Amino acid sequence: MSETSAQQAHVHAPPEGFIRKHVFSLDHKVIGKQYYALALVSVVTGMFLSWLMRIHLVWPNAKIPGLELLSKVGAPGGVMTPEYYLSLLTMHGTLMVFFVLTNAPFAAFGNYFLPIQIGAEDMAFPRFNMMSFWTTFAAWVVLMLAFVIPDGPPIAGWTEYAPLSAIGKDAGPGMAWGASLWGISIAIFCIASLLGSLNFIATTLDLRAKGMTLMRMPLCTWAWFITSCISLLAFAVLLPACILLILDRHAGTSFYIPAGLVASDRLQPHSGGSPLLWQHLFWFFGHPEVYIAILPSMGIVSHILINSMRKPLLSAKVVIYSMMSIGFLSYMVWGHHMFVSGMNPMSALAFSFPTLTITIPATILTLIWLGSLYGANIQINSASLFALGFISMFVAGGVSGFFLAQPSIDIYLHATYFVVGHFHMVMGVASLFGVFAGTYFWFPKMTGRMMNEGLGKLHFWITFIGTYCIFMPFHYLGLIGNVRRYQSFVDDYMTPYLGVHKFMTIAALITGAGQLIFLFNLIYSRFKGQPAPENPWNATSLEWSIPSPPPWNNFGGKHPIVYHDPFQYGVKGSKGDFVMQDSPEQVPASGN
Amino acid sequence: MASTTAPAVATQAGTISPSVARPIASAARASRSGIWVGIFAITMSFMAFTSALIVRQASTDWTHLVLPSILYANTLALLASSVTFELSRRHMELVPGGRLQSEGAGVTWLMATLALGIAFCIGQYIAWQDLREQGIYLATNPNSSFFYLLTFLHVLHVTAGIGAFSYLVGRLVLKNGSLRRSFFENTAIYWHFMGVLWVYLLLLCRTKL
Amino acid sequence: MGKFFAVVLVIIAVASAYPIVMHQFPLPQDISTHGHLIDDQLNETMVEAGISFVGAQLVLAFFLWSFTGRKPGSALKNFPGGARVLVIFAFVIVGLEVLALGVMGQKAWANVYFSAPSADALQVQVQAEQFAFYFRYPGPDGKFGQIHPEKIDEGSQNYFGLDPENDVPARDDIVSGELVVPVNREVHLMMHGKDVGHSFYVRELRLQQDFVPGLDLSLHFTATKIGKYEIVCTQLCGLGHYNMKAYLNVMSQGDYDNWLKQQSQ
Repeated sequence: MSETSAQQAHVHAPPEGFIRKHVFSLDHKVIGKQYYALALVSVVTGMFLSWLMRIHLVWPNAKIPGLELLSKVGAPGGVMTPEYYLSLLTMHGTLMVFFVLTNAPFAAFGNYFLPIQIGAEDMAFPRFNMMSFWTTFAAWVVLMLAFVIPDGPPIAGWTEYAPLSAIGKDAGPGMAWGASLWGISIAIFCIASLLGSLNFIATTLDLRAKGMTLMRMPLCTWAWFITSCISLLAFAVLLPACILLILDRHAGTSFYIPAGLVASDRLQPHSGGSPLLWQHLFWFFGHPEVYIAILPSMGIVSHILINSMRKPLLSAKVVIYSMMSIGFLSYMVWGHHMFVSGMNPMSALAFSFPTLTITIPATILTLIWLGSLYGANIQINSASLFALGFISMFVAGGVSGFFLAQPSIDIYLHATYFVVGHFHMVMGVASLFGVFAGTYFWFPKMTGRMMNEGLGKLHFWITFIGTYCIFMPFHYLGLIGNVRRYQSFVDDYMTPYLGVHKFMTIAALITGAGQLIFLFNLIYSRFKGQPAPENPWNATSLEWSIPSPPPWNNFGGKHPIVYHDPFQYGVKGSKGDFVMQDSPEQVPASGN
Repeated sequence: MASTTAPAVATQAGTISPSVARPIASAARASRSGIWVGIFAITMSFMAFTSALIVRQASTDWTHLVLPSILYANTLALLASSVTFELSRRHMELVPGGRLQSEGAGVTWLMATLALGIAFCIGQYIAWQDLREQGIYLATNPNSSFFYLLTFLHVLHVTAGIGAFSYLVGRLVLKNGSLRRSFFENTAIYWHFMGVLWVYLLLLCRTKL
Repeated sequence: MGKFFAVVLVIIAVASAYPIVMHQFPLPQDISTHGHLIDDQLNETMVEAGISFVGAQLVLAFFLWSFTGRKPGSALKNFPGGARVLVIFAFVIVGLEVLALGVMGQKAWANVYFSAPSADALQVQVQAEQFAFYFRYPGPDGKFGQIHPEKIDEGSQNYFGLDPENDVPARDDIVSGELVVPVNREVHLMMHGKDVGHSFYVRELRLQQDFVPGLDLSLHFTATKIGKYEIVCTQLCGLGHYNMKAYLNVMSQGDYDNWLKQQSQ
């Protein structure tokens, strides 16, 4: 049921022409797809970089055909130099964290579905929205330029610690213009992100349809909303950090560089700066950033699980409050990246307690997901497989955090492969599973066609088993003190463990190849997939009440009225075991 | 304008409980939220710079910067521009469609605001010139680094406000001569924030640099 | 497929736990006085993390086995106790457990950081630079010479930028590429970063600390077993980061005294 309202001004006119429809579009759906496409290109690039890294680690002298085309200096004759390994490592991390994990689960799906799920015609500020995508794209171009400049990409890691990142070319290869491009790219990315978050927040607060109270929003909408609040604060701090870095590099200031440094036999003309300042500013952003990466996937997974289980979660309110507490606590823990950094050891204890406390809402979420499965009627499809797999991965990645949260243990495990295993499990796998689940779930709505189920399931099994094979051993290697960011292992104690690295490399190559199935499925189904009905999953939220794909103004000029929360599953509805949010039919009162 | 009571809309089936009776979604309200969210983000960024300043202040090379005296005149200009803006508000009248039109001195006060805003920016530039004549540049010492940085970033944001103002004045002066009320209100909020932010930065520079 | 999923989960849980349970990746020997505190903490955490991990995977597997592929129209049930039981469990059991570990864990941390080195600890300075560690002993006068960054010259092996001509305490300073220490003697290691961030890590000492250029950081430790142990850099410092290492050479007091005498000549 819907009604027209004279008060709701049309946000923008119907798009005309190819450029307005597909390039500089004001339509949140097109913008969402653009973010997804950018994330897809970035993840393929990032994955390719990780293959190069893993191959180099176990076969350091291998001639990789074609690599010299990527960089004559970095890979003469196809053999990777140590510094180029670090360049690839830096670009891998930067692309994956910023352009994949912030873009795909949050900007891509959020842009596409948040307005629809709350019953709005578009985001609150369509022009800002368009600007935020193209600004993100500009940031991506600036970053990728680092590959083509003669000196190559920076070698300081995605964390770009000062003074290595701040003193300029004396720090080593890639640290001249490569590092500057990094700083400029990320600063541009911050601005894009702030614009995007602004849109999400204003839209969620003010453009909800009649009857759509906050508590009736789907859980993924909640996740996007909470994420945009976190993101606003986080990127507002990273931007100053990058500005100060750029000034140190090019304007001769000394925010991060102390006196008396001698690099490349040159006394550096700076004084008084604090390397720890960079770390504090960076991680004040950096820790919330990882929750920006995981929260949307938690929301997407919750949304899909409810649908696949055909019953609501045990308590949506608890899930919402848990996500909020994670968001809130995420601002108190940044120092756990800096336990051995030289900051006051007392503050290590201060940071450790909130870090350990985050275990509680994270556990609550996991227990709610698990507990809700009890007594359910779980439907298996590609989307639900990834959603269920997410639970497994989130636990696997989460428990290793338990070790790292304790400063005593971190003395031993800091900067080892244990850390790398931890964050890959939670971010690189679990968060990505949310993206995969969302893709399989929402592809019919976005394109009007179904993805191939057989290929989807095959993709799931290769990825699920493959990522366990790749990343579990990282933790074991960490336990024996395998240091990270090494381009090869020359330490005596590493010799017995090189075979483990070979295993991980082969697993990575196979799992990576398996992603081609997903890519093929995406592209093939886009053109040749089975036509999708309006509501192929018998789902309740508003996106399933409109055509697949939706018209330019989502609800065809009408404004939906919402009567229920999106958790009406397992009830006697007129269409089956569910009642849609905009259906005025009565449902027996259920406490939720 | 958004309604505040339950709309008396007849629906065929199902009652909407009072808890859902709320103002209908409104683009005007969204833009108001937007401006406050934007202000929050800008504030957070300047808080980050403030903490950088506090950390940097602990180093042995921290010195003292004498602020160019024109800054105080600039401050008066900026604060005066907030006053003139509010004065212009009294001369704006509401016309149908949630729009505002200027009657009488409305446009004049707005032009005064614009002029004072531009005067502020020019004055800041003169302040930088003043320092440069003394041989104090961005990288001369940490104090000057923060001074140039903070004042420059503030002026950048003020310039954005001036852009909005120019558009505002332009709309009112043109043939049809009206603009969305929400645009006017939001520009006002942003502009006053620029004044508040400046007073904070001035005090910060005065007491710390 | 749900049942297949359950089986895969069980295999994964067991396969993941196997290397840990079978001690296939053992911690290196502990040659420090505080290391056992860290090891105990780590093992305790491993047990709890292991139980949580395996437990969760098995529960997921069990639910997948039981609640997929059900006959259409099967009754839906709710977890007994609902959300409330789970929230209480999370707060009470997990919360207490986690915080208890956190509190207990402070001992090792305090041991490393909250105690000052004793007055008669052996003073050694370590300088980290791209891409080597150099160690400096104060020599018979017990005083370190001043570091002059502008005098640093790799070619003439003046790594610390010492000026023996004008600076008396610098004349007897001993510079070494190895950290040589006597066994069972407390060492006060003063850390100096020459160019960018580095870090000092010795697995067997259960010790890790970043060098921060501009900050005077230090560590103190007592090595309890004679032998040679690797010191590796764990803070990304540039292209030679992987190769930046030195050796901690723990000797008997007699051997150490001989070594010191040789260095002075």
